[in-house]
Amino acid sequence: MKQNKTMQGYLLNTVVIVVLFAAFQMLTAAYGGSGSFKLVIAPCLWQCCYLIILAASLNLVLGFLGQLSLGHCGFMAIGAYTAALLSLACERSEVFKNANDPVYLVIIFACILAAGVLSALVGLLVGIPALRLKGDYLAIITLGFGMIIVNIINNLPFCGQDGLALGSASASLYKNGLGFGSKSKVTFLWVALLTTIVCMTMMFMFIRSKYGRCIRAIRDDEIAASASGINTSFYKVMTFAYSAFFAGVAGALYACANATLSTSSFAFTNGGILNSTFIVVMVVLGGMGSLTGSVVAAVVMFLVNYQIKNGAWVALLPASVQGVFQYPMLVYAILLIIIIVFRPKGIFGAYEFSLRNLPADLKASRARKAAEKAERKEAGAHV
Amino acid sequence: MLEIKDLNVFYGAIHALKGISLTVGDGELVSLIGANGAGKTTTLHTISGLLHAASGSITLDGKDLQKVPANTIINLGLAHVPEGRHVFARMTVEENLRMGAYILKDQKKVSENLEKVYAHFPRLKERYKQLAGTLSGGEQQMLATGRALMTDPKIVLMDEPSMGLSPLLVKEIFAIIEELHRSGITILLVEQNAKMALAVSDRAYVLETGTISMEGRAADLAADDRVRKAYLGA
Repeated sequence: MKQNKTMQGYLLNTVVIVVLFAAFQMLTAAYGGSGSFKLVIAPCLWQCCYLIILAASLNLVLGFLGQLSLGHCGFMAIGAYTAALLSLACERSEVFKNANDPVYLVIIFACILAAGVLSALVGLLVGIPALRLKGDYLAIITLGFGMIIVNIINNLPFCGQDGLALGSASASLYKNGLGFGSKSKVTFLWVALLTTIVCMTMMFMFIRSKYGRCIRAIRDDEIAASASGINTSFYKVMTFAYSAFFAGVAGALYACANATLSTSSFAFTNGGILNSTFIVVMVVLGGMGSLTGSVVAAVVMFLVNYQIKNGAWVALLPASVQGVFQYPMLVYAILLIIIIVFRPKGIFGAYEFSLRNLPADLKASRARKAAEKAERKEAGAHV
Repeated sequence: MLEIKDLNVFYGAIHALKGISLTVGDGELVSLIGANGAGKTTTLHTISGLLHAASGSITLDGKDLQKVPANTIINLGLAHVPEGRHVFARMTVEENLRMGAYILKDQKKVSENLEKVYAHFPRLKERYKQLAGTLSGGEQQMLATGRALMTDPKIVLMDEPSMGLSPLLVKEIFAIIEELHRSGITILLVEQNAKMALAVSDRAYVLETGTISMEGRAADLAADDRVRKAYLGA
């Protein structure tokens, strides 16, 4: 019975995803040529895709394993540089001629995969010593590792600013490789969507598996988990590496979406959308322990970021508020405080949105609300 | 079954256990009583590998437990119910129990043991879908105990099962401990509630600032003047 229900859920999800994906492809085919799609919607979708993967992957460590890691962008940087350099190497050795070459697609996916694998390996190396620590100390050491990674990349002769710019401007060099111009961003939009879907599926499978149960047990009580026979250090390091894998994949998508790479975009002090604290804010906003929450939060945070930078309504605000908007980090900080005060568990809490359970969940929520209302009425009557 | 010889444990410079020795026989319910800071929990943690002894030996059926890491000790048949009801708060009751059977590969055996635990604790069966963190204190203690039983252990170490429970619930928990004992499970019980512990145990040890000051049959100890003065408030 239980098995049956799970199968139903998988089937339903697969069908819905395939239909949505097909519909999206048709829309792209129909409107892909228009200017606003090419210049606004497609780049935004790319950005959403890697932010979703990034937030969900951090949620594995932060929400499900319960360990605060502040170095997530370091892994993303590794993924971005791996993908960019690999595609650059392929381009230079003329493995493919141009973007219409069928080998080109193979190379895109190989680059994405390689980015993930290398990040996971570094995650393993970082995780083994770092996860011996807990709480604040772990946060500090991961923050340090994040900075170290970015600095190492910056100083490596073949991948620092100079490396990618060898002989000519950095942008033009790997543009024919992985760095997409606005036109290829539309053509290869499906790559980003497909990668995101596959990554999310892998993460969902992970948390629903025995491994997911184990890491939730470790989060709730490490001593009891260890007494139940769970090798806590193994699971911690493995989850950390698994999460780093997806951060690397997100990095590869980032490299695709931006024709230039600079280590400063991954630095901790970076005020833009890509820094480790921003991702923590996304996870907290969505709800620690809810992957669907992370997806929603990533989109919401992207929109907030986009609106305060590009929204037409910003010009109507008083000058002082506009002044605050000059520093987006201030806005995120205020947002984080508001979430923690008014909705400490985030938008979703630990709830997972599920198509199969949606009718039942809605019913339960309606019943709960009605009960609360009746209670309040009763309390009112007593007064 | 369980044999401890001349165990010395230090916390830094503090000599917490000063050469204690004790044995637990097959099917016995042995309790270790003593005041706060006597070293009861330290003893249990050392047995289950969470702490390491400076010297001495711990053997389970002749096998040395000292070299075994905490998370594989359960494979040897020693289950630990930690102090203070360590349940997985954000997992359901049934998930908690299934986590207890983590080391069992055989799913049929897991379901069998689950039924056995539910038979011992019908209250848990009623609430199998509830989050463990929302259970009452007594129910959480039942859950922690039930989780330890999921692997069919040879011996169960119980650390202060009565801690923070109302007198009525304490009685209930001890009734359960007695029932488990009668069903043939070997138990090493650590308790501050000496009266209840001595009432259900076969034998007992009294621990005072890291040394065993008295040992003997539980009934004898309960009648002993020194024990009555110090621990039973008579």
